[in-house]
Amino acid sequence: MTLLGTDLGEVAEFAAQHAYLAGVPLVLGLLISLPLGWLALRRRWLYPPVIAGTGLLYTIPSLALFVLLPGILGTQILDPVNVVVAMTLYTIALLTRTVADGLGSVPDHVRQAATAMGYGPVRRFFAVELPLAVPVVSAGLRVAAVSNVSIVSVAALIGVSQLGLLFTDGFSRSAMGPIVVGVLACVLLAVLFDLLILAVTRVLTPWLRAVRA
Amino acid sequence: MIATIWAWLSDPTNWAGAGGIPAQSLEHLRLSLIALLAAALVAVPIGLYVGHTGRGRVVLVNVVSAFRAIPSLGVLFIAALLLLPHLRGNLAFELPSLIVLAVLGIPPILSGVYAGIEQVDPAARDAARGMGMTGWQRLWQVEVPCALPLICSGLRSSMMQIIATATIAAVVGLGGLGRFLIDGQANRKYDEMAGGAILVALLALVVDIVFSLVQRAVVSPGLASRGRT
Repeated sequence: MTLLGTDLGEVAEFAAQHAYLAGVPLVLGLLISLPLGWLALRRRWLYPPVIAGTGLLYTIPSLALFVLLPGILGTQILDPVNVVVAMTLYTIALLTRTVADGLGSVPDHVRQAATAMGYGPVRRFFAVELPLAVPVVSAGLRVAAVSNVSIVSVAALIGVSQLGLLFTDGFSRSAMGPIVVGVLACVLLAVLFDLLILAVTRVLTPWLRAVRA
Repeated sequence: MIATIWAWLSDPTNWAGAGGIPAQSLEHLRLSLIALLAAALVAVPIGLYVGHTGRGRVVLVNVVSAFRAIPSLGVLFIAALLLLPHLRGNLAFELPSLIVLAVLGIPPILSGVYAGIEQVDPAARDAARGMGMTGWQRLWQVEVPCALPLICSGLRSSMMQIIATATIAAVVGLGGLGRFLIDGQANRKYDEMAGGAILVALLALVVDIVFSLVQRAVVSPGLASRGRT
């Protein structure tokens, strides 16, 4: 099947690679941002350096990061690992502040109540603070997901296989079809990520629905 | 590896002439500032209007998040394919990219200006109204000064977005530091690519620092502790 002169089977293959390159860093970035954000919140003096430092990562233009990482990591320039690492760094840059703010938005009396009920610091974090921070963290995750999907396509310039290859391929042949299909597929993928995060958030925050009902 | 990149960076021939490092850095900066200015001319009035009146809020928030999903590389290619045949000379290489840079720079400014005005303390707004200020006076003398931290951070993230996209725009012929990355790749010279990448990252960093200093200078000291970015 083809659309605007583009083989849809190929598009699906690119989309799967694209989803991997944008999705895996999202999970990794979240896992790294959680302890970083927690640290920034709990040790007040760490907040400015951690937030400024992670924020700084975001100022590095994506193409520059894709080119520099092979030199730093010792990988081949075509290795998809470079893209995964770069996108993980961007995710950390966006999420650390959100995690710190989300955990910070948990009311103090709730934390004290949990302590009074005998929750230790670890259990309190996972059973009380983290769940209550989910709405804020999820908002940040949605921003990161959408911007990841868009930035990954830049990696086509260094030849990493994903939807962005439709752009470079179309441009080299002066064919508008593949480029338009690629843009549409990227936007669709971003919407799917967004819906997925929304659905997971909904499952994780039953109390928000209970209030409305 | 580091030695070869350093050798490229410190080679005097790379610093000379129209395609040299200083010339391309200035070119990158010039194109980015033109795009930022164009984006701000569109985004600031709309953001002020929506923030002040509260009208069109839902549309604005959705447009901003929809724009984030659009891949800049694809849009660059589309603009180049559409406009290149109709333009001549330097303009042919600059105009399509500049339009895309400006358009992609709009959403961060829009959301910064809107969010800044929106989150102004209602008490301050009411006080201004109680003092008999007109709508314009409230906007320019109360809301805009209070919103400056967020307006500035919107301009900053827009500028970062523009600098990054301008780098990519070298594939469709735009000048600037992206040339080293794209030309280096075409000639299979990793030292030139990596050197260019370091320069772009440095440029972005320096611009971000300059913007943050400007922000510190223009924001009222009374607000400095709030809305820190």
